Amino acid sequence: MALLILVTATLVGLGATWMTATRGTDLGTLTIGAWTARPRIGTTEINPYARATVVRSGELPLGTGDGIAFIATADDAKRPLDGRCDITVSGVTPPARFWTLTLYDTKGHLIANALQRYGFTSEEIVRNADGSFAVRLASRARSGNWLPTGGIERYQLMLRLYDTPVGIATRTQRDAPMPAITTAGCS
Amino acid sequence: MIRWMAALLAGLLLGGLVHLVSVLALPRIASQDAYSRLERITPVNAVKALPLADPNNAPIPFMDPAFAIAICRYDLSSGPIKLAVPVSQAYTSVSFYTDGDVAYYAINDRSAGRKVIELDLMTEAQHAALPEDEEITAADRLIVDSPTSTGLIVLKALAADTGLMAQAQASLAAATCKVQTEPPQKPGATPRASR
Repeated sequence: MALLILVTATLVGLGATWMTATRGTDLGTLTIGAWTARPRIGTTEINPYARATVVRSGELPLGTGDGIAFIATADDAKRPLDGRCDITVSGVTPPARFWTLTLYDTKGHLIANALQRYGFTSEEIVRNADGSFAVRLASRARSGNWLPTGGIERYQLMLRLYDTPVGIATRTQRDAPMPAITTAGCS
Repeated sequence: MIRWMAALLAGLLLGGLVHLVSVLALPRIASQDAYSRLERITPVNAVKALPLADPNNAPIPFMDPAFAIAICRYDLSSGPIKLAVPVSQAYTSVSFYTDGDVAYYAINDRSAGRKVIELDLMTEAQHAALPEDEEITAADRLIVDSPTSTGLIVLKALAADTGLMAQAQASLAAATCKVQTEPPQKPGATPRASR
């Protein structure tokens, strides 16, 4: 009987910790379209779950005075980002002095490619006349702003805004217009 | 039957407790967190440039490849740290983390408003021990309080396009981070003979 209690407690307790530290929780997140940020992750008010995620992954979150990071693991239709598909990130970004868009595998590593291109900065990107842009993510070369995916099955995108008013007070798309993510064909 | 249900319920409740304790304990027991990883490859109280983020060799995950990054791993036990970071062409920032990877302060070139981001990092106790007129003469000197006596300062310079990376790295190479050798003294309190 006591054994059952202890076994249940261990499984439930450590299982829940592992789940939350690996996948993260929705606690204190800001979601706009396909993008999610944790405005308090770069402050001392970071919640214990976010802290557990940070120490487990080994990353250093952006400090709030520096910027904010939005992550996307799926497109606008909630379809996971697949490196074998043609995916477009298009539109505009929230106000910021600079931004960078970077492609990582599920563990946060860059993906090797012959061009050594792992992302774009707001200065590098080729824009339309109205200031909007489209980045094309695919395993084979595409015209325009091409970001190679290496054909990996799952990847994630991180859009970091540096020196930006976007943060704890931001709630909706109106404050922070995030680019759309759409999947076209898959090979 | 009731007894088994009760045991299961007790297990669930105890499990909740195990979960809370383990989540809170994780930052203490983690050995692959950013501070532990960087502790192995950086000297203490000195600026060390990190290799450029690259698919096979990144000291920590989720590094922004558009930035030149340098680390000053600090230990304030022998005194406050003086930090000076020249501002690069595009964007420069300095972020402070505790030894438990909590970001407690960050500043960028625009909020610093100068060509060189200069500041003093000290523990709250060291700050409290500063002589008063030192604070007045230092009115334009930025003082940052560290909640822990050890931690990380991350210096970053943006290479707005890949061709500017060498420039960004060069500007960080000129950054300094060192322990203040002399304890802060009141101006005029120093005996002239010692000069």
